[in-house]
Parts: sequence; C-alpha cells; structure tokens
Amino acid sequence: MEPEKIVFCKGGGCTAKLGPGALSRVLEKLPKTYDPNLLIGYDSSDDAAVYRLTDDLAIVQTLDFFPPMVEDPYTFGQIAAANALSDIYAMGGDVKTALNIVCFPEAMDLNILGQILQGGSEKVREAGGVLAGGHSIADQDVKYGLSVTGTIHPDRVFANNGCQEGDVLLLTKPLGVGIVCTASRVGEASESAMNLAVKSMTTLNKYASEIVRKYRTHGCTDVTGFGFLVHLCEMLGGRFSAKIDSASVPYIPECPEYVEEFYLTAAGQRNRNHVQDQVQFVNCSFAMEEILYDAQTSGGLLVSMAAEDGEKALEELKALGLPCAIVGKVVKKGEKAVTVWGRG
Amino acid sequence: MRLDERGKQCPLPVIEAKKALEQAEPGSVVEVVVDNEIAVQNLKKLADHKGLASASEKVSDREFLVKITAAGKAAKKETTEAAAEGISCQADSREKGMVVVLASDQMGQGDEVLGKLLMKGFVYALTQQDKLPETVLLFNGGARLSCKDSDSLNDLKELEAQGTEILTCGTCLNHYGLSEQLAVGSVTNMYEIVGRMTQARKLVRP
Repeated sequence: MEPEKIVFCKGGGCTAKLGPGALSRVLEKLPKTYDPNLLIGYDSSDDAAVYRLTDDLAIVQTLDFFPPMVEDPYTFGQIAAANALSDIYAMGGDVKTALNIVCFPEAMDLNILGQILQGGSEKVREAGGVLAGGHSIADQDVKYGLSVTGTIHPDRVFANNGCQEGDVLLLTKPLGVGIVCTASRVGEASESAMNLAVKSMTTLNKYASEIVRKYRTHGCTDVTGFGFLVHLCEMLGGRFSAKIDSASVPYIPECPEYVEEFYLTAAGQRNRNHVQDQVQFVNCSFAMEEILYDAQTSGGLLVSMAAEDGEKALEELKALGLPCAIVGKVVKKGEKAVTVWGRG
Repeated sequence: MRLDERGKQCPLPVIEAKKALEQAEPGSVVEVVVDNEIAVQNLKKLADHKGLASASEKVSDREFLVKITAAGKAAKKETTEAAAEGISCQADSREKGMVVVLASDQMGQGDEVLGKLLMKGFVYALTQQDKLPETVLLFNGGARLSCKDSDSLNDLKELEAQGTEILTCGTCLNHYGLSEQLAVGSVTNMYEIVGRMTQARKLVRP
C-alpha cells in the first residue's frame, strides 16, 4: 500500500481556530485566581496577558500557533511568527524573547522544518527580539508558532475594550486574507491577490503599533484569529456601538470575485454565527458581509483613537505601504453593536 | 444527484455543490451529505445567495442532508452577474439575456447557395457587434454550423472566446451523424434550449 502522502498545507492559519462561541463556553467554567498584578487576563477576550512586575514595568505574554495556510514553508514561518508577535503589539508592548512551538511529522523532510524556522527567526529578529529556545513534538500535521514575551509600562497598556464614544476606528491592514488563501487552496487565487495577502500577513504590526502609540489611542486589538466584526464586537464590549462605512473598508481587491465562487471557510461562518445578532447591514453586498466575517491570519491592528488624531495617524500608517483606512466610528450604545453602511 | 461530502473541509462541499448545481437540469434536486452543521449553513448560504430553494435535515450527529433545487445555468449566470455589478465594473461586451437561435445553416428561404452565404455573413457580422449575445443556440440544420468544416466555425470560436455560450442540440448532432464533429462550444438538450429561450430578454433569429 502507498504510504499516505503528507500534505503540507491543508488550509490553516487562523481558519483552523476553534469557534469563538465554543471557546468562551469552556473558558468561563475555569476557576479564576485573583492576582492584583495580573492587569489583563483571559476574561476580557484580550490579545495577550499583562502582568505587572514593578510600578513601571509589566510583562506581556502570548502564544499562537497554527497549521500552514500557504504552500511555501519559509513564508509560512514568517506569517506564523508575525501573527504570534502581533499580540504584543496589539497591547502596545515591545518584543523581548520568543520560543518556537513546533509540531512536525517524523516522515517529512527536515529541510522543510528548517525553512519554517528560518522564516520565523527572521521575523523575531526584525521585531527586535531574541529567539531563546522552543519545544517540538512529532505530530501528524505541521503546526508552527511562537510563545512571545514582551515588556510594557503598566500605565500604557492598550486595553482591547478601552474605546470611547466619538473615537474613529482605524484598520491598518486589508481584510480578506482568509478568502484569498482559500481560493489559493483550490488553485483559483490570482498571483496579485496572493502576493498582497502574503505581504500583508508577513508584515509586522510593530510599525503600526509604534505609530498609534504617539496618538491618543484608547483601544487596540489585532484583527487576527476571528473576523473583523467579531474583534470589533469584543472591542465595543457591550458598552458602545460602532458605525462602519463599508465603502472605506480596505480589502484585497479580488475578494468579491472569490466570494461569488464561494471560496468560503467554516471559520467565516462560525464568526457569522457568533456575532450576527449584534450586527446590522444596511445596503451592504453579500461579498462585503463575507469579507467582514472572514477569519484573518496575521491581520492588522484595529485602533480606536480620538477623532482629532485619526487623519494624522492615518497619513503615517499609509506610508507603511499596506491598504489601511479609517473605517468607522464609535457611537453611543444602540440596539445593535455594529451597523455596517453600504453605498446604496 | 447526490454528493457525499463527508470528511471534506469547507469550502470543498460548497464548491462541489455549486458546480453540481450549475450542471444540473433546472428544477432537479442536488442532495449533499455533509458531516457538520457549519457546512450545512454554508450550503444554505450558497442556496440563498443564488436564490435557490433549499432544505436540510439532521440524519445523525455526523450526517446532515442538504437538498438544493437547481435553477440551471441561465438563472445562475444572471444572479452572479447582478451581484458582480454591485461591486466591480467589468468590461463585458455581452448583452445580458440576448440569445441568438440558429435553426438552419441557411438564412432565409430561397436559393440554397445564397442562404448559406447569408448565414456565414450573419454569424460574422454578429462577432462585429458592440453587444455580443450571451448564448447562441444551434439546432436542426443549424447544428452543422458548429461542426468541423463549417464556414462559421472561426466566427463562433471568436464569440466563445468573448464569453458567449455556444450550445448545440445533441439530438440534432446524432441525427445528422455529426456527434464526433462538434468543434466549438458544448452539447445541450431540449430542457436547456427551452430554458434559455424562455428566460431570454431578447431572442434573435436570422
């Protein structure tokens, strides 16, 4: 009998995550330990944990790993690392150390692993961090990621849910990478779509994070793991509502075409199930709905910022070279958490 | 038609169901078996978006049956194009809903040599219009036009390259012994011919 072929990319990235609904049902049953120095733990659906060591120093900890969403191992390594490092930047912290997390089939060519780790280590170095070790186990499928530790001043943590009424919402990377990777898996993604998706996923959120720190940023999260609308709902935290102008949302241009072909993931549908009761679409195309629910891997930062600072920050962010925009604003809490306006 | 998509991850069940629906006779039911609720939801999303009737039932924990009623190719195209219009402005020289019917290899009644010459000129002139037909239907004597050695073959190929659908009646090809000679487009049947003609916004017959 032929040995079963080991497939490197089965469609991974954050589309392989457990659904947000399933996860919170399990987490809420765990006992919570109170520690006044744990400034941010998992009860606020935040990106990373923040633990205060002294009055002016806290550590930021996070880990993230997933199966490949692209065919090239080196690129996958870069994306997985950029994605894991991103949580530190979403909190406004700086990267210090990282540890590799590796699952790899014994029968697979070790050079592939070498390329993955090379891609990952280059991103850690770019982040200004040091790779300090790791842990690997034999597994049926490839998975890779990092456990990252960073530092931050305890008073300057970007909480996920710190947004204020009147804030503008900035998104620093285009949406749609999940859709494009899915199209690519069935051999239907164009080269330009895939190139933009890879460029976006391998770009560190370091640069965007450093820019938004200079302005009156009230809340920040990285649009990674779930879809834009899920992260936005988390950010609003039931205290505010948001109005999104769908015409200004940056996305990879080929996405509407791919949505029409139904290159859609289970993850996107799980995201829809999770927050659709809180979201209202007005004159919005089906394609735009799917783009806003698409599960992002190594996505951009979603920043809630004082309205007067928005345009200036956006100017700086644009210079980083990725599609980015002010996509909406935070308003008084209304019936729905999010209203998405189309062009109609 | 029944598709067993158990064990396959999204988007494969949806993409395969979409393909099956495009091939299916209008009104026929495509049954898709999947092993999780999310796949059911994605299939129903497909049906809703394409304006097709659907129903689902849970057979067991790991088996769900989704039934979608096909509308056939014409209806599918229209919804896709209507949806695409909202988001992008694509240069498309086809006129939506224009169907050209070629029921003979001659144009008009009278002299046979003249009739064939006119038909050749007609198909050529068709390729030169600003608006090209969405579909060309060929049946009875018209079936000869899409076969090898036809004087109109290159013009029909030109239309096809521009996105026009070229459909030739299978029964007719059989009748004239031309089944192996079809050189452009694909074979169709009476259901599709009727479907295209009844749903046409403009029917052109030389």
